Amino acid sequence: MVNINYGVTKMPDNSMPLIKQKQRYMEMVKESTPKPRVLRNVFWAFVVGGLICLVGQFILSFFLARGLSFNEAGAATSTTLVFLAAFLTGIGLYDEVSRFGGAGGIVPITGFANSMVAPALEYRAEGLVFGVGARLFTIAGPVLVWGIVTAWIAGLLYYFFR
Amino acid sequence: MQFFWAFVIGGALCVIGQLLMDLTSYKFTPAHVLVTFVSAGAIISAIGLYQPLVNLAGAGATVPLTGFGHLLAQGALNGVKQHGLLGVFSGGVTAAAAGITAAVVFGYLAALTFRPRG
Repeated sequence: MVNINYGVTKMPDNSMPLIKQKQRYMEMVKESTPKPRVLRNVFWAFVVGGLICLVGQFILSFFLARGLSFNEAGAATSTTLVFLAAFLTGIGLYDEVSRFGGAGGIVPITGFANSMVAPALEYRAEGLVFGVGARLFTIAGPVLVWGIVTAWIAGLLYYFFR
Repeated sequence: MQFFWAFVIGGALCVIGQLLMDLTSYKFTPAHVLVTFVSAGAIISAIGLYQPLVNLAGAGATVPLTGFGHLLAQGALNGVKQHGLLGVFSGGVTAAAAGITAAVVFGYLAALTFRPRG
């Protein structure tokens, strides 16, 4: 889902003087040694994820100002963000968000919506049942299973030990 | 001020997801991140530690998938308060119903409307 650009490395030209070829080879080795990408990834995850949540906060404030309770406004915000993410995935823009932001595009609820639309769209040729219908839940299925089971256990413990 | 914290807390939660993908030797895919976040959110919420984060950061805490877990867990706990044992089963999904329905309906419509790209 997230594409990584490994960069295009120019091959050493055989017409170059030998010493230049050796220099170029050393550069190539340096270029292809994995650099610590983690810091850069973390930075962009923070920025992109933060911005999506900031957009969410604007939407949340809008609904709160219209007199909705916090839970209602939260649900309306999720609904709006899910709609936006489904649309952006459809026109191919959300892929850019994920490529750029890594987990910043995955962790927010927009990433959850993206994880539903992207495979459903890709496998549409397999039909409306096993294509779109089933693939919508490729990732959303596990998320719902884990979320619901965890919440169920929490509720059960609360029932017995409250 | 809540706008500032929405950005910072939301960004920080995404950083945790990024670190899980980058620093774990096991192949930690986006699906693993989402599953981990929804369950972690539900657990943290059930022991009462997620609501303070929501009070501080607003959408910074509710928009990440941990917020979805929080919604499910609080729904289950409220379900128990109102309906007892039956609420254990009905509360969670009831609370998260709007998000789930939006994701299914808009996801389905988007998959039908747009052309898959190469």
